[in-house]
Amino acid sequence: MKREPRRWVGRPLRRLDGATKLRGDALFTDDLRLPGMLVGKMLRSPHAHARILSIDTANAEALAGVKAVAVGEEMPVRYGILPRAEDETALAVGKVRYVGEPVAAVAAIDEATALAALDLIDVRYDPLPAIFDPREAMTREDVKIHAETKVANIERQASLLFGDVEGGFAAADHVREDTFFKAAATHAPIETHAALAQYSGGKLTLWSSTQVPHYLHRALAKVLELPMERIRVIKPFLGGGFGGKGEPFSLEFVASHLARKTGRPVKIVHTREEVFLSHRGRHPMHMTVKLGVKADGTITALHFRNILDGGCYGSYGLVTLYYSGQLLTCPYVIPAYRFDGFRVHTNKPPSGAQRGHGGVSPRYAIDVQLDRVAEDLGIDPLEIRLRNAVQPDSVTVNDLRITSCAFSECLEQVGSAISWKERRGKLPRGRGVGMAGGCYLSGAGKAIYFNPMPHSSVRITADRGGGVTVFSGAADIGQGSDTMLAVVAAETLGIAPSMVTVVSADTDTTPVDLGTYSSRVTFMAGNACLEAATQLRDVLLAAVAEELEVHVDTLEIRDGVIDGPGIDADPLTFADAIVLAESRGGPVNGVGGYTPPELGGSYRGAGVGPSAAYSFSAHAAEVEVDLETGHVEVVRLIASHDLGVALNPLAAEGQVEGGASMGLGETLMEDYEVLEGGQLACPSLLEYRIPTAVDLPDLETILVESVDPEGPYGAKECGEGSVHPTIPAVVNAVYDAVGVWLHEVPISPETILALMKKDQTRRVAPRGATRP
Amino acid sequence: MKLLRLTVNGDPVELGVRDEETLLQVLRERLGLTGTKQGCDLGDCGSCTVLLDGEPVLSCLVLAATVEGRSVETIEGVAGADGLHPVQEAFDEVGAVQCGFCTPGMVLASKALLEKDPRPSRSEIRRALSGNLCRCTGYVKIVDAVERAGKAYPA
Repeated sequence: MKREPRRWVGRPLRRLDGATKLRGDALFTDDLRLPGMLVGKMLRSPHAHARILSIDTANAEALAGVKAVAVGEEMPVRYGILPRAEDETALAVGKVRYVGEPVAAVAAIDEATALAALDLIDVRYDPLPAIFDPREAMTREDVKIHAETKVANIERQASLLFGDVEGGFAAADHVREDTFFKAAATHAPIETHAALAQYSGGKLTLWSSTQVPHYLHRALAKVLELPMERIRVIKPFLGGGFGGKGEPFSLEFVASHLARKTGRPVKIVHTREEVFLSHRGRHPMHMTVKLGVKADGTITALHFRNILDGGCYGSYGLVTLYYSGQLLTCPYVIPAYRFDGFRVHTNKPPSGAQRGHGGVSPRYAIDVQLDRVAEDLGIDPLEIRLRNAVQPDSVTVNDLRITSCAFSECLEQVGSAISWKERRGKLPRGRGVGMAGGCYLSGAGKAIYFNPMPHSSVRITADRGGGVTVFSGAADIGQGSDTMLAVVAAETLGIAPSMVTVVSADTDTTPVDLGTYSSRVTFMAGNACLEAATQLRDVLLAAVAEELEVHVDTLEIRDGVIDGPGIDADPLTFADAIVLAESRGGPVNGVGGYTPPELGGSYRGAGVGPSAAYSFSAHAAEVEVDLETGHVEVVRLIASHDLGVALNPLAAEGQVEGGASMGLGETLMEDYEVLEGGQLACPSLLEYRIPTAVDLPDLETILVESVDPEGPYGAKECGEGSVHPTIPAVVNAVYDAVGVWLHEVPISPETILALMKKDQTRRVAPRGATRP
Repeated sequence: MKLLRLTVNGDPVELGVRDEETLLQVLRERLGLTGTKQGCDLGDCGSCTVLLDGEPVLSCLVLAATVEGRSVETIEGVAGADGLHPVQEAFDEVGAVQCGFCTPGMVLASKALLEKDPRPSRSEIRRALSGNLCRCTGYVKIVDAVERAGKAYPA
């Protein structure tokens, strides 16, 4: 489908906040300071699993400059991002479950005093046996990380069955089963978490680096036992989230509690080590893939088994578990599908949601398995993907509704860009190309807690000077949602984006948006903004029509000027229209809300996976493998992404590039490893290596437009689906280069060398020549 | 405690500093120049990059007491009253800013590079910025911006 020409949509636009950030004027949470502000610090557990016998805070309280000390019993109400997994407290109560769990906190006049006070808190522990492998935790009835789990430490088992799986495997000409492991990764935003709380006049204000002000608002009310109207949550500029700021964190409750306790503002800023300990990153996944295909490569059945290492708390894990299964019925048609998954507790920092939530690691397993099957049958990997590609306006076996879809085009475009036909299997040994696909939702179809209200609401007001202000609860975490709202409002109202001010993510002044997660903001807040702007435009044009005595349908707004019959002589501006409308009785507003349609099946787990629209993606990678060292260099990475319509191509390319770069980091270097005993192996950015500028090639982006029928101006997501195909594209390219399959990620030179050696004892590989 | 005199963004500054105080702490907490960011406090991320006599340094690793008499440029000193510096302008134009947290350090590191070599190759740009971590962009547009900004400098 081709899209209509637009005035602003589709034009590369500078960010609304670009200059502010570039000048150093943007105030992030840690940049805020209030008179009388105290510094908060938290004491963390040295044990992976232990009963807390006693906490003696007397010496800390006696230290000059200490204003308050807090322990878990003061805030015993449990919280968690998912109502079904409220299993955390702000500070540990009764026992600790991972090294680094917050146990007590202090507020003091400065950081040095606060740190000195932490040393004076005497916590006595009774260590318990700790478990770090989920496969062991599944059967250890003698060690219970949570008393509530029925079977050992299994938080949840999920089984899904669609279609005739046994029949599908029986009808297959080739069935292949293999195991895969994807290690934990973590978000590593460059801004550490920060929270500043002020309790004044019976009201709490919390400035926090949060992706989810609304969910945080609810959790604060619950834990602090304050009514919601006595709490205001503000998200200042936020320095990267990727899911790592997507749920309530201990420091937010503790800062609030200490502010209420002392009557003074309290700020807590995580150190880099504390960011790593707080985690909520990618679950380690132990995966088994059984894939059946016909001789021509058509998939007949898939059985996917997954054990997710959840760490010690629930976080988003139940959703991760279901996503890991549900998202596999796309972008390849799977006529029969079975999923068996377990989320298991271990004594590690909690796993949670990270960019591409739930689907990234399974996508690695499936897209590598597809290449393996293609290799077994002598089918080209691009061909097998095209043959199985999901088509527009279809329904998957697990009842996901597919509308706009340009997956085949994504595959063809990256194939052409990397000269697939000429190069796959034809490059000298050590050099190879690989490909993979992916898909992702444009926002979860269901809210995290059941409620009948819109998922996104937007209010737009117009001022007499001709400007408009968009009020939205959506949290701009750097992806550019404020600018997206301005583009949608400007396009709809017929004015320049520079005439639009966006006020966002402040629970006192902006209508609710569920937050920045599940790649939902462009689709949902964008649609709410479109509706609000349309309503405002209608109010303005009705006033003009009445004044000019013309029919409203004959009028339009173009570049800030009202256009229509009878106004040729004396042009009416947008500001004139506002004055006319306001003269008819008060301020001029528009409101809009977006609620996803009822989607999905009625089976248990059907609530996770449905979305009003899906993005599609394909990546092609070219690698150079050093035959002596096993080192892999990704020479090229081409990322195509069907995002419906690019509202702002600059921002969209940035999302795709960012997603692919995170995928490359996870493929090549990122391993969030916990050592035996529970110590984190990588508590700094030196040990946890994210890609630097010299680690990445010039990522190449191809935006593919399918014009979604329900997206705002046809737009879908692009921020998370762009991670999905990266890992398997690189792993498949490594196979093309040196003939070995990597079943563990991150990939390591040692593994590649060992596999190459094994491979060479089996057959003598042609060297430095064109392979057959 | 030491009495410290230095120049910050062209202005004379005089204050007492403790022995262990870092330049980053002085800038952010004492002088209110919060444009310089703290991402790790360990010298790993580059967010706290400032220019010390024109050379990029990690201000979290510089003891304030050691910069007596020297000249510091922070992000707040880069733009003029009449608009953005060419490096900032290029970052804005090509979409090199996302969350903005690494941006001040990136801008200063880029400016230092271009003042030495206004026509660096893409790999030279990548090398010069390899100590400044960005988690949002994948660096492509940052490299684009530095390339573009270099054209505003006399070759």
